[in-house]
Amino acid sequence: MVAELKNYIHEQYYFRLRLGVAGLIVLSLFTLLAFRFYYLQILHYDHYQTLAENNRISLVPTIPNRGLILDKNGVVLAHNFFVYTLEITPSKVKNLDSTIAELGQLIEVSSQDKKRFKKFREQSHSFESAPIRTHLNEIEAAKFAVNHFRFPGVEIKSRLFRHYPLGKLGSHMVGYIGRINDKDIENLKKDGVYSNYKGSDHIGKSGLEQFYEQQLHGVTGFQQVEIDADGHAVRVLSSNAPIPGDNLILSADSKLQEIAETAFGERRGALVAINPKTGEVLTYVSQPTFNPNLFVDGIDSENWKLLNESLDKPLINRPLRGIYPPGSTFKPFVALAGLEAGKRNPPFSIQDGGFFTLAGSSHRYRDWKPSGHGMVDMQKAITVSCDTFFYGLAMELGIERLTSFVSHFGFGRKSDLDIKGEIGGLLPTPEWKKRRYKQPWYPGETVIVGIGQGYTLVTPLQLAQATAILANNGVAMKPHLVTKIQNGLTGKQVDIQAIVQDRVELNPENMAIVKRGMVDVTLPGGTAASVGANAPYSIAAKTGTAQVIGIKQNEKYNEHGMNERHLDHALFIAFAPAEDPTIAVAVIVENGRHGGSTAGPIARKVMDYYLLGKMPAIEPSAVAAPVPASATGTATITEEELHD
Amino acid sequence: MACLFFALLLSLFVLYSASGQDITRIYAQGFNVLAALGAMWLAANISPLNLERAARPLYILGMLLLIAVALFGTISHGARRWLNLGFMQIQPSELMRIAVPMMLAWYFASREGKSSASNFVIGSLLLAFPVALIMKQPDLGTSLLIASSGFYVLFLAGLSWRFLLVASASLLALMPVFWSLLHDYQRKRIEILFDPTQDPLGAGYHTIQAIIAIGSGGSAGKGWLNGTQTQLDFLPERTTDFIFAVFSEEFGFLGNMLLLTLFSLIIARGLVIASQAQNTFSRLLAGSITLNFFSYAFVNMGMVSGILPVVGVPLPLISYGGTSLVTLYLGFGILMSIHTHKKLVAT
Repeated sequence: MVAELKNYIHEQYYFRLRLGVAGLIVLSLFTLLAFRFYYLQILHYDHYQTLAENNRISLVPTIPNRGLILDKNGVVLAHNFFVYTLEITPSKVKNLDSTIAELGQLIEVSSQDKKRFKKFREQSHSFESAPIRTHLNEIEAAKFAVNHFRFPGVEIKSRLFRHYPLGKLGSHMVGYIGRINDKDIENLKKDGVYSNYKGSDHIGKSGLEQFYEQQLHGVTGFQQVEIDADGHAVRVLSSNAPIPGDNLILSADSKLQEIAETAFGERRGALVAINPKTGEVLTYVSQPTFNPNLFVDGIDSENWKLLNESLDKPLINRPLRGIYPPGSTFKPFVALAGLEAGKRNPPFSIQDGGFFTLAGSSHRYRDWKPSGHGMVDMQKAITVSCDTFFYGLAMELGIERLTSFVSHFGFGRKSDLDIKGEIGGLLPTPEWKKRRYKQPWYPGETVIVGIGQGYTLVTPLQLAQATAILANNGVAMKPHLVTKIQNGLTGKQVDIQAIVQDRVELNPENMAIVKRGMVDVTLPGGTAASVGANAPYSIAAKTGTAQVIGIKQNEKYNEHGMNERHLDHALFIAFAPAEDPTIAVAVIVENGRHGGSTAGPIARKVMDYYLLGKMPAIEPSAVAAPVPASATGTATITEEELHD
Repeated sequence: MACLFFALLLSLFVLYSASGQDITRIYAQGFNVLAALGAMWLAANISPLNLERAARPLYILGMLLLIAVALFGTISHGARRWLNLGFMQIQPSELMRIAVPMMLAWYFASREGKSSASNFVIGSLLLAFPVALIMKQPDLGTSLLIASSGFYVLFLAGLSWRFLLVASASLLALMPVFWSLLHDYQRKRIEILFDPTQDPLGAGYHTIQAIIAIGSGGSAGKGWLNGTQTQLDFLPERTTDFIFAVFSEEFGFLGNMLLLTLFSLIIARGLVIASQAQNTFSRLLAGSITLNFFSYAFVNMGMVSGILPVVGVPLPLISYGGTSLVTLYLGFGILMSIHTHKKLVAT
């Protein structure tokens, strides 16, 4: 019994010893924990406090309202409105196809919507939402809202949409915005403005929308919001309001634009009208046009194909990027070069036999009028567009002198309009030819530059600018479409100052000769007599024709039975009133054949409205439809007008 | 025992905050607590003698259930832990948390005084089988804790110091073998313990967010319901395994010290009960239960504060969850019974 008790006590002693050891271990481990807490909560409190703050506070960008684009009378060309879009975040959706199919049962999702969505998906990351439907109406939005729980990863977003209320009108000028792509991001980063685009998903892609992106976009605001781990905003802590973009006010007049575009009818071509004194662009037409609204949230592939593959090339910004030989519209500038160089000054005249030959060559450079124009002096040479006269003059001036003089009128270089993508055209020189073709310059090539043929290429904008410089007596004003920029917040307007781009000293006597010649063009006996008919103001003009396909030496150009798209382009330049011009116009009608008969009347309508406020009379299909081949012999059109 | 009730109350407050002020969660946990208190009361009224008798059948039942789980268990989250009995789902590993120490305590009590090496070999085997089955489920956390509860019995029963030394040395040596036996996700957890930034949005996310929560709590905490990490959903599993981070964030260093003191008092009380117990079975059982309580608390707080790998172990008394709470209170009930019956046995 005693032994047992002893044993028991002994055992209990050992047990208690072990319990004590265990207790010590417990105590030491708890102390370890206490030290850990001390380390985290006391020593490194600031560090973790900051981390926690960063965790919960997020900056949410608030997108500024994009500036409006208004014409000179305040007519809205581009504005914004809120629309509901239905957007899918692909990474949050298990089965995309079945989700779209189910959505389709709820609200209408067209095959075009699906195609566009597919395109977006290919272009964006799966965690970015892409619109499956835009412009949801209230009923559709409500329908979806009720069924929202069935569609995780699908959301209704209300976003500001760009809209171009005038649609196709002036779309090449206004341009359009589109979704920001990787290349845009790259450019934004390069310009150091990417942070201002946090939250923005659209950017100007063409036209003024692109050029004035910085002004139109505005400054993105930020909201400091408390967020949860899923990124949902719980409450706003502070906010920094966005600054809306500036409004653009143009020199162009939408009414004038409409008149010009209507005047083109179904024809392709371009028209640019400039105020020669200020450089303000009054009308900027590229025909055919397109509806910019299609591009705002991504164009669907069908419409894209339609526009992109059309033979009429509606997407080409013709005034800026269409290049054409200037044809006879080049002659007034060659004439001025000759006069300023002391060649062909009155009373100099030639006897035109209908062709020109170079010394020691039998090759005949033919005049458009096989019989010739008889006695021709400078003024008449412009009026009747005498080729023979200008062949000889160009030869005598030489290519270098000729091109260096006319370059003062903006040929061969960009006119620096406030739209991107301009092509500089081409003023050929021997060096250029050597570089380009590794061939020497032949004298015959100088001869045809005299009548605006050969390598010479101009854009309609260049031609209009050259006409404006001529009208402004050699002073080149920088062309621009935007005249005022209005602060989006204060409404304060800042005028864009007229800038003198270049200036060439011209002898007023020489200018007078050229102007007289050009005025006579629109008077009876001139190549555009019908254009000037009954005009209460005087019009100085020049017609032109640009060959689309080459004609062999012994072949006669036969417009009957030719492919319509192989017909010559018709060109027409004019400024009015001739004594004190306020408008200079250049028109190109592709395959329009004769400057006087197709391009001229369009210019006349533009000038009538601009100078007189006169709406064009509704007339029989003369211009609205392509002129039928048989109409060339209309009584009112003289032989002079049929050619340039 | 006042400490227990204080902890209970604390638990409900913390849970209210952790669940995003979801009062239904509180009701549910309230129900769990009532059930647990019921279990405690029941256990407190069973004499240690009867517990000793129940040890073997309970252990055998637990083993059978564990085998059944391995064969027909329901798979959820990639683990086979539950047994569907048709009318309810049970997790037999929870039962083993009580059954294993009881069994081992019984075994050593029946071999009283004869602490020969063979006893410890058999005891180890009794422990190894259930642990291996639970580890296979896989449920690393529970299996390790059951292993430790068994180990406590072995230790308190007088496992030789020399053996302990050799065992821990060989354990260290066997680490690489053990490592190779671990599941990928378990390995990942341990790797991430040493460098949570390795996978900040994946496996490391839990730890990183928990440490931020604890650290940003500071000395006095952000105040009840004001923990940003908690209230804004950054903390995962904040009502269960990571509830300590919530507590820490909202009550700070002082709160943590209070909780540690509370736990220490409970453990001290448990150890006192064990030392006063009059027979070997009660002694061993009480010691094991108390030390096991400590294991849970330490492992949980250790993993949440980033000094131990993340294993699925709840914080005793505080975490949400019915089964673990019932098991826990069952343990306390047993302690109470041992306490109240010490005189009875002695006489």
